Amino acid sequence: MTAKQLRERLELQLLSEPDPDRDVTGGYAGDLLSWVMGRAQSGDAWVTIMTNRNIVAVAALADPACVIVAEDSVVEPDVIALACEKGINLYRSSRTSFDLCCSIGSLLGV
Amino acid sequence: MSEPVRFHFDVAGDNFASAGEASVKVKKLLRQLSMDPETIRRVSIAMYEGEINMVIHANGGTADVILYPDRIQIVLSDTGPGIKDVSLAMQEGYSTAKDNVRSLGFGAGMGLPNMKRYTDRMQIESEVGKGTTVTMEVFLPEAAR
Ligand SMILES: Nc1ncnc2c1ncn2[C@@H]1O[C@H](COP(=O)(O)OP(=O)(O)O)[C@@H](O)[C@H]1O
Ligand SMILES: [Mg+2]
Repeated sequence: MTAKQLRERLELQLLSEPDPDRDVTGGYAGDLLSWVMGRAQSGDAWVTIMTNRNIVAVAALADPACVIVAEDSVVEPDVIALACEKGINLYRSSRTSFDLCCSIGSLLGV
Repeated sequence: MSEPVRFHFDVAGDNFASAGEASVKVKKLLRQLSMDPETIRRVSIAMYEGEINMVIHANGGTADVILYPDRIQIVLSDTGPGIKDVSLAMQEGYSTAKDNVRSLGFGAGMGLPNMKRYTDRMQIESEVGKGTTVTMEVFLPEAAR
């Protein structure tokens, strides 16, 4: 499933989508950036409530397929612009991390 | 023998927002050099953790990345407070980070353990009151040499 397909299926709000065809191969939930950095796999959909600029650096390095901000956590425009510039798909949802992960899991069949 | 390729970065100590920029740049540079993705991932993640540490704990420093034919070396150097007990600092979950840092998602105490995990060699030289130098090396896969 591509990042764009995942966004459509989960009805996520589109913040930045420079790489719509990126393949989503798994998922990871976490807000402690070092933890995410060390454990998330390339290709994961990363679900978090963190929205500061550092999530873009973490995403640029850990290489998830997309970042999904849960619970409508506020994302500043400069973070969205930075995500776009760095090639990071960034989405948002009113649902909780747990809820989103359940849906991602069943969509991916894990 | 030609001189190894070197990249040098100054890491500002007061700016959380831009923390990690040097690592993201290195990732891009290594990509342009067509290094294998796993090596790039390991180098850039280890460097990011070190870079963040210099921002959080040491008021900034310098980062040097040196490309040898068989390995990539990352040297992070600061003149911060130093680390009193390195083996304690190396433990997963150990952190002296303040609450304002934690609220940004840092301070999980996973930085140094991640750096160790993602590299083949890591050495910490630190003196309290003088500063810290962390040297890490990632060996290139045989095929890339
Ligand atoms: N460059 C540094 N200068 C001074 N202290 C450091 C430095 N790097 C790490 N430390 C110390 O080691 C501890 C553990 O580091 P780390 O594993 O990266 O966890 P964290 O950064 O999340 O606290 C830090 O909390 C800090 O006390
Ligand atoms: Mg750290």
